[in-house]
Amino acid sequence: MELMKLSALKLGELIRNREVSVKEAVSASFENIRAFESKINSFVTVDEENAMKRAAEVQKLIDEGKLVSPIAGVPVGIKDNMCTKGLLTTCSSKILGNYIPTYTATAVTKLEEAGAVIVGKTNMDEFAMGSTTETSAFGPTRNPWDITRVPGGSSGGSCAAVAAFECSYALGSDTGGSIRQPSSFTGVTGIKPTYGTVSRYGLIAYGSSLDQIGPVARSVEECAAILDIISGYDPKDSTSIKRDRYDFSAALSEDVRGMKIGIPKDYFGEGLDEDVRNSIMKAADTLRGLGAEIEEFDLSLVEYAIPAYYVIASAEASSNLARFDGVKYGYRTADYSDLHNMYKKTRSEGFGPEVKRRIMLGSFVLSSGYYDAYYLKALKTKALIKQAFDRAFAKYDIILAPAAPTTAPKLNESLKDPIKMYLGDIYTISVNLAGLPGISVPCGKDRSGMPIGLQLIADCFKEDNILKAAYAYEKAAGDVLGIMKNGETVMPQA
Amino acid sequence: MANYIDDETIEYVGILAKLELSDEEKEAAKKDMASMLDYVDKLNELDTDNVVPMCHIFDVKNVFREDVVTNGDGSADTLANAPEEYRDGFMVPKTVV
Repeated sequence: MELMKLSALKLGELIRNREVSVKEAVSASFENIRAFESKINSFVTVDEENAMKRAAEVQKLIDEGKLVSPIAGVPVGIKDNMCTKGLLTTCSSKILGNYIPTYTATAVTKLEEAGAVIVGKTNMDEFAMGSTTETSAFGPTRNPWDITRVPGGSSGGSCAAVAAFECSYALGSDTGGSIRQPSSFTGVTGIKPTYGTVSRYGLIAYGSSLDQIGPVARSVEECAAILDIISGYDPKDSTSIKRDRYDFSAALSEDVRGMKIGIPKDYFGEGLDEDVRNSIMKAADTLRGLGAEIEEFDLSLVEYAIPAYYVIASAEASSNLARFDGVKYGYRTADYSDLHNMYKKTRSEGFGPEVKRRIMLGSFVLSSGYYDAYYLKALKTKALIKQAFDRAFAKYDIILAPAAPTTAPKLNESLKDPIKMYLGDIYTISVNLAGLPGISVPCGKDRSGMPIGLQLIADCFKEDNILKAAYAYEKAAGDVLGIMKNGETVMPQA
Repeated sequence: MANYIDDETIEYVGILAKLELSDEEKEAAKKDMASMLDYVDKLNELDTDNVVPMCHIFDVKNVFREDVVTNGDGSADTLANAPEEYRDGFMVPKTVV
């Protein structure tokens, strides 16, 4: 139990120093999974048998001096849209409910090479389409801070699992805020890297031009260390980029003197919860106190990001999800008359309502006669949004904003009104459209005791800036969530 | 401007998306899509006449590589996922009548 309260890096250090065995670490993870899963449901699949076998293998490599990575032997949860060879990968969808991949996603392979032990696959919104983890075909995940509330989404399972100490850290994916928003709702830290920094090979695609894998952990330092490992050019992903360096941990420093931080005025208008606003402004004051130069500015075009996103993401989804047809893998309908009928019935029975909604919208905006009016218009809007960020980053090193306009809503409140749910992504979505890196770090709690996330955004390839600012903020702000009692971390809900 | 999705359009979308919708689902889809398009119509406020559409953030070109086989025969693992299998192949309904 106590081992899971340590940071992934501290646990890794104890394992390297042989003060803790890999078996003890992995057992501690499963102990918490057994204790909390019935309440939280962060996992679609847990794999204790293979994890324990793997723990023994990793221990052997550590003992032989062949594994020295900072996370060797540390238990991790992987979002269920990343392929893991031999381990069920469902995307939280009925259509992939029995799918066992024959290969592993590059980001996961890199973690395995560093000695990570996968304890299971985390729950998510079906095909990552949603902001609450309620569209999962395997039941919603609940927020460890208050199980009557959602954990956010779509990486809600990864974030809840980390918040509830079920694993030391996790991988998530972010297409429109799916790492940053649930990190904010569950009081953990998550990074969406610059597009192309982490390979998408083996990540089951939703919106290919927007999807990025990133780390979820309980501190900036851990996220940077995990990003060091999972990032890198991959010839198997043709949108993977070649960067000069991938040592993000080297950027961590508490010195933010002279850093120029812009606060977009248009992010602080209607719809922003008062407690969230105050908490974000207090965080800005903390950074100002550390010597950063902070000013407000007009980012512009904020209200156009969500409609542009839903056209682009749905269009890409309609194309990406065309492969699920019941022929080679996954669910196939029981009764059908001919091939075409089999496709239609398989897909209609296999996909949930939100996925169907987006596939239909995407098919429509790409169809002849509507392509220019909707799809092309959205791509032009994306260009304008990118230009607005370019102007901002000519003046500022980073942009400071909330991760979400509110804290976690109650279960069963969001899906009734899709457009209202989509509006909850207003501060995160434009970052994906522009391919930028963003991080969410906890910065306080609202009147109900629910966590609030501070989002920091940088220009493409400038992860260093947000890591440095987030690290400095985290050190200066201290225990903003009130989870330290007598020098020990306590469970959020206890 | 309020969008209206008629029966014909929703039928057509169903064909494109390869989805079979019940009457109830069709009515819901008509309503959902209309309200989503009303929302998307907000983009028409923007003058984009001289804007080049942005497909990709970076100036990436198509990536070519030599066609060299690097993986082995994974057919047994692949077929293990087949909903129906017949003589080392995927079984599908008759396609040529």
